[in-house]
Amino acid sequence: MTADLLVIGHSVAACHAAEAARGAGLAGSLVVVGDEPAGNYSRPLISYYLGGRLGRDELSFRSQAFYDRNRIQVLAGRRAVALDPAARTVTLADGERLGYRSLLLATGGEPIVPPIKGWREGLGGVFTFTKLADADALAAWLDARGSDDCVVLGGGLIGLKATEGLLARGVRPRIVELADRVLANTLDREASAILERRLAVAGCEVRKGRTVAEIRAGGDRVSSVVLDNGEVLPARTLIVAIGVKPDLRLVRETPMAVERGILVDSRQRTNLAGVYAAGDCAQGPDFLGLKPAVIAIWPVAARQGRIAGLNAAGASGETAGAIPMNAVQILDVPAVSFGVTNPAPGGGHEILKRDDQAGGKYRKIVLLDGRVVGVVLVGEIDRAGLLGTLIRERADVSDRRDALLRADLGLLDLPADLRRRLVDAPPPAPLKNSSGPARSRSVR
Amino acid sequence: MVTAKAARRRRRVAVREEYCIGCRLCEVACVTRHSRSRDVVAAHKTESPRPGGGVRFEAAGPVSLAVSCRHCADPLCVEACLTGAMARDPGTGRVVHDPARCVGCWMCVMTCPTGVPRPDPAAHRLAFKCDLCGGDDLPACVAACPNAAAVLVEEDEP
Repeated sequence: MTADLLVIGHSVAACHAAEAARGAGLAGSLVVVGDEPAGNYSRPLISYYLGGRLGRDELSFRSQAFYDRNRIQVLAGRRAVALDPAARTVTLADGERLGYRSLLLATGGEPIVPPIKGWREGLGGVFTFTKLADADALAAWLDARGSDDCVVLGGGLIGLKATEGLLARGVRPRIVELADRVLANTLDREASAILERRLAVAGCEVRKGRTVAEIRAGGDRVSSVVLDNGEVLPARTLIVAIGVKPDLRLVRETPMAVERGILVDSRQRTNLAGVYAAGDCAQGPDFLGLKPAVIAIWPVAARQGRIAGLNAAGASGETAGAIPMNAVQILDVPAVSFGVTNPAPGGGHEILKRDDQAGGKYRKIVLLDGRVVGVVLVGEIDRAGLLGTLIRERADVSDRRDALLRADLGLLDLPADLRRRLVDAPPPAPLKNSSGPARSRSVR
Repeated sequence: MVTAKAARRRRRVAVREEYCIGCRLCEVACVTRHSRSRDVVAAHKTESPRPGGGVRFEAAGPVSLAVSCRHCADPLCVEACLTGAMARDPGTGRVVHDPARCVGCWMCVMTCPTGVPRPDPAAHRLAFKCDLCGGDDLPACVAACPNAAAVLVEEDEP
């Protein structure tokens, strides 16, 4: 079988690529290969599933009608194991060989498991937390072994969302985080402090500046962990949530250009003819002019998938570069961040802050040359998208610093030309004497 | 290899700030239209939570503006939505939100260029967003606007 568009990986980049390719007129066969048995599901939702807020049938982000409408053939539970870019074929674990005209690699990420003394494959009670199967295994373990003495290694997004799911099940984990704060990659000290206080209220202790140096087992399962200061924490359950790295297994033996991820240009093209990459496995242009990075977030994967799908179908589509951004709610505290949130000193950045720790609200805007390049919002996130627009538009906001710090920042605080472009209203009718504007309600 | 696509009309409400006088009747109409009773008094005084809320009103001195979802042809909120709660209706092109599928991930709040989606952190989901009043010929806010500041824009998609 030769597919007109073959997609390896079955998550958000794959779905958006397929939809975009069909929208651009791709008429031929479109095949998506996914190594998980389930159909599409949203990986970020597994914490809600663990916590019982969503059932198994509520995790999918695209319906069967979507697959029918876009004529997508899904090969589920099939793993791609080899890529031959010269022959334009991908071989699956069961030996089947698929040809392609265009190939999209959307293999995503795999959890990072650092080398820890005492760790061994198959040790009971040790989990990662990125896939549905992980959530199922963890839930079954907690049901069978009880909820006491749970340790989450890593206070990043995955660790905190896992914690939220655990708390909803009545498990109060201890979080061990190497940095001096939770969500260290995206937030800053003040913003993290609000979340840490909220976690403490929920009965969840955070050990900052620490990591797990050793895992101790009792028989075939974990019994405790030893921190790098020698402290021993009892641990019947250990969740390793250090982060994810691009899954590059399929391209290791190929001439694919990779750094941390698969290198792509602004059209998601790799260095191999007809091969695109998108999502958590791809390393592409950065909007803010930083060096190309893997930005492993849902909206970037969606956009990259879409651009890859357009180009694979022969249409044009190009990214101006991705902007790191995150939106999350931990318990009842919402937070949004964009761009450069912790600029290195000496880079000429200007920082505006409004810090209300007692009220659980924090707002920080990072400016460079009078333009927004970074945002942190905690507690109040309404209209966050306007700040994203200011970044994307590189709008000069040097004369409206006060407005940027107001929680009710609105369109009227934006430069007038930008506001008019966003609203995109039809031009006003010429005034005729005193009769007022034309009452036409439908404008072509 | 390329198939023809049926052209689709994109509908949205736009407000011309030159004519907006800040009367906020569009908000009143939105609340009433999306209430159970369709009664202006009951909608505002007895229904809880208050229905509607698809219009975001702003005023600064003499300038005022009421913005609602633009029903983008290429909606970033739909791209970013973790659950599929935010979707573009393949038939009508309307961007619609299904609160039953929303978990409050705030991806739409983060990505909407006009800052329209309104988060409700306590409820862990998005507040109501403009649905163009379902299949009504004229959205309630447009019908209520006394001086055609709010207009219904219909454009053929390329």
